[in-house]
Amino acid sequence: MARQILGRIPQLILTLLAVSFLTFMLLSLIPGDPVLSILGTDNITEEMIQQKREELGLNDPLPVRYASWLGDAVRGDFGRSQRTQQPVMDAIKERLPVTVEIGLLALTGALLITIPLGSYTAFRANGIADRVTTTVSFALRSVPGFVLALLMIYIFAVWLRLLPATGWTRLTVDPVRNLRSALMPALVLGLAEVTAYTRVLRSDMIATLQQDFIIMAKAKGLPNWRILFKHALRPSMFSLMTVVGLNIAALVGGALIVETIFALPGIGRLLVDSIYQRDLVMVQGVVLFIASSYVIVNFLVDTLYTVLDPRIRHGRA
Amino acid sequence: MSESLLERSSARSSEHEQLLQVQDLKTYFPTPRGLVKAVDGVSFELERGKTLGIVGESGSGKSVLSRSIMRLLPRKTELHGQVMFDGRDLTNMKQAELRDVWGAEIAMVFQDPMTSLNPVMRIGPQITESIRHHLGVNKAEARETAIALLTSVGIPEPIRRLKEYPHQLSGGMRQRVTIAIALACGPRLLIADEPTTALDVTVQAQILDLLKVQQSERFMGMILVTHDLGVVAGRTDDIAVMYAGKIVEQAPTDELFADVKMPYTEALLQSIPRLSNHSHTRLQSIKGRPPDLVNLPKGCRFAARCPYVQDKCLAEEPPLIPITGKPDHLYRCWFPVGTAAGEAALESNRAAGKIDHEIDPAAAGEIIA
Amino acid sequence: MAAPETLTTGSLAAPDPAGVPNEAEDGLENVAGSPRKRRKKRGVIFWLSVFWLLTILFCAITASWLPLPDEIQADVAGKLQRPGAEGHLLGTDGLGRDILARLVHGSRVSIIIGFASVGMGITAGCVLGMVVGYFRGWLERFVLFYIDVQLAYPFLVVLLALIAFVGQSLLIITMVFALLSIPLYTRVARANTLSVSQREYVMAARALGAKPARVIFREILPNVALPVLAFGLLAVGSIIVAEGTLSYLGLSVPQPTPTWGSMIAEGRRYLQDAPHVAAVPSLVMCLTVLSLTFVGDSLRALFDVRESGI
Repeated sequence: MARQILGRIPQLILTLLAVSFLTFMLLSLIPGDPVLSILGTDNITEEMIQQKREELGLNDPLPVRYASWLGDAVRGDFGRSQRTQQPVMDAIKERLPVTVEIGLLALTGALLITIPLGSYTAFRANGIADRVTTTVSFALRSVPGFVLALLMIYIFAVWLRLLPATGWTRLTVDPVRNLRSALMPALVLGLAEVTAYTRVLRSDMIATLQQDFIIMAKAKGLPNWRILFKHALRPSMFSLMTVVGLNIAALVGGALIVETIFALPGIGRLLVDSIYQRDLVMVQGVVLFIASSYVIVNFLVDTLYTVLDPRIRHGRA
Repeated sequence: MSESLLERSSARSSEHEQLLQVQDLKTYFPTPRGLVKAVDGVSFELERGKTLGIVGESGSGKSVLSRSIMRLLPRKTELHGQVMFDGRDLTNMKQAELRDVWGAEIAMVFQDPMTSLNPVMRIGPQITESIRHHLGVNKAEARETAIALLTSVGIPEPIRRLKEYPHQLSGGMRQRVTIAIALACGPRLLIADEPTTALDVTVQAQILDLLKVQQSERFMGMILVTHDLGVVAGRTDDIAVMYAGKIVEQAPTDELFADVKMPYTEALLQSIPRLSNHSHTRLQSIKGRPPDLVNLPKGCRFAARCPYVQDKCLAEEPPLIPITGKPDHLYRCWFPVGTAAGEAALESNRAAGKIDHEIDPAAAGEIIA
Repeated sequence: MAAPETLTTGSLAAPDPAGVPNEAEDGLENVAGSPRKRRKKRGVIFWLSVFWLLTILFCAITASWLPLPDEIQADVAGKLQRPGAEGHLLGTDGLGRDILARLVHGSRVSIIIGFASVGMGITAGCVLGMVVGYFRGWLERFVLFYIDVQLAYPFLVVLLALIAFVGQSLLIITMVFALLSIPLYTRVARANTLSVSQREYVMAARALGAKPARVIFREILPNVALPVLAFGLLAVGSIIVAEGTLSYLGLSVPQPTPTWGSMIAEGRRYLQDAPHVAAVPSLVMCLTVLSLTFVGDSLRALFDVRESGI
């Protein structure tokens, strides 16, 4: 198993290099002189421009600039914000816990809903619960995240007055209020995932339930829940794992919207705010961070396969 | 296998002589094409400690019959008739009651051990889960039982096997494991549905012998479902031959081979390879296919493929009747093999040039020898 | 004993007409189902979806000539009127602008960006996919690697980053969407090209010395176009959502041009007192995406295009 994982590491590194290069090149996409964009247009002198050029290393040839930028990035130095002079990495570290908490909450919630729902709708395929689930999730697929978020705010904050519409309380400050502020964002993020996950789990589960070993388990006189969750669930999880991995991108994109709408101090919000403020170094750093994390997480999800399926684990695919 | 389990299960049934009584069992599947009459009025009885072979080609309804007895059927299936097991009617039991019977009192061995074991679960829990569920013993006790079971079905190094996954075992070993699983709770009835079809020839005899040994040691009733008369020949007490959802001939094994009455049974015998044949002898196959179970013919269901067929066969369905003087040999034919009427029917068809292959009269005797 | 295969003789091994239903008794009877009934039911919704999409398309094309109030001119006195108010069928927004008029004009942005970027993406993706699928070699490897890298960026993140660096205008936004969706079509086109290239008539054309361009456009394109187009409608739906998100964040086409997303964003302020300001454009957007998904799904099922193998 270790060999299989190690064998894929060069590919991982190559992808990370390419991702970093493209992110680096973002700055050269700016129409005109990037220094002018970065400095803004108010009372700048030739000196300031030259100084900035030097600072950004724009006077060096491209490969040299990339190499030194990458060297810094690998050591965790993503540059400094042009607005606040705060190191980009510090800003990310400050905001990361919020995004991770919302993301994990959404992911766990989505899986907690999906596993029973997907299993049950497969078990009683074409039953009432199944039809309702299919219809609702088809409709939900067409609701953009920001619309769903507004709907939630309207229902829970404006109408029922159960939850705060916006704002964030740190977990360390007050766990209960933290949960209250995290609930709606996580729900919005998670619901979109549930529709995707349930479809996948349901169809895999239906296929698994046709297998001989399920009839065998039934013939043992085991209760239905045991057949579903001990025998059928694990062999039905492979596509779900893939989709969970692939959808982490959607989760990150969703976090962007959700954090903005609910005013949460997370990475997504950081990105959007930096764009509003044209803090391009910050944008570049955040994009690099998100993309590389995503590549690494996907790599880890792939290796999870080998843990889940003993046939692969023993090298007999 | 602990002794107490054996004792307990054998004590339960002694007051009923018949372990299983199937009365006019009908299993119909509703499909978009119409009602598929997979099992259409089957009756038989099985005593404890006896073995019944159910023989027929694919689509004869033998596998559906074995699942109907257990009621391991899709939800929308129509099931009529009675299945009395140990004095209780399985056909009107609730699901929860059935689950107490399944695995504990009636167990099943399936055709393909490659697919009937859960690929992502270790062997150990697959054996112990039903022990723990039905007998309520603790983990360690269940593990001991599992080791004893694996030993008794002839698996070397049972302790190591408990931790292995099915794909690490050969086909024959896997089937031994499924047999161990079936035996786990000391059932009184074992249904083996084509237990050797998916296995190598070299292993088939071993598995069949293992089943036979376990059956007599544990004094179980056993139903052995197969398409191969050769499989049941030396190993069953009785044989029921099925065709198109009905039993067409039923007799004690020796009696059946000695005196075949139904042309279908005769044709099945023709299709068994024998040592005395030249190595390149073509085996006789039965021409044609079984009838469509949605639109069954009016007369005898085998008529379309029968070398003895007469007009009467196409018009009236023969009843299942005993041979005069032999009440336990039943058959369903207007022109039975080996009778004057049968010979005359065959002769007239031969004369009319309707038969393109000859039946070897030596076939029946040889198979037992 | 004879060879093992002869154990089951010819007709004895015939397929099982009764078919031992190989399933646990619970909930697995969906296979037989009743496809006919379902298809009929789908009919009504399908045509409703088509009708809705045509309506939106009509609005987008004729927006300037429809007898509607001005979509930009503010009228603070008549702000936040409820739907059904005189002269304002769907009410007015926080600046007293007619919501219907803004919706109709806003549909232009959604429709133009949605269809134009998908059109461009499909064209570029198809050509790229067919070329690399036909010639294979290092070019194919490079393109596939590039696709992997691009897909390593979460869509919305790279979208925002590009918009931030390159700027916001209808043209640029459309181009960015097209660029970002190229990999999807390239994959589909390449997969289909690979399978089509193996067919006899394509092999024959190549063997006869037909020029690659001729083989690609005459023999391969017809087989690749349909599956890619079937994806197209679904893609339009997701791009309308993405554009909506962008304009909700205020990063799409700049003000005062109305877009559905920016209308929803403005409506947020009045959620308490005038929820219709956000609800009406939200509903229109959802219905449009729902219709696109529905029609797209139905067409894809019609052409039997599978996502597998891509």
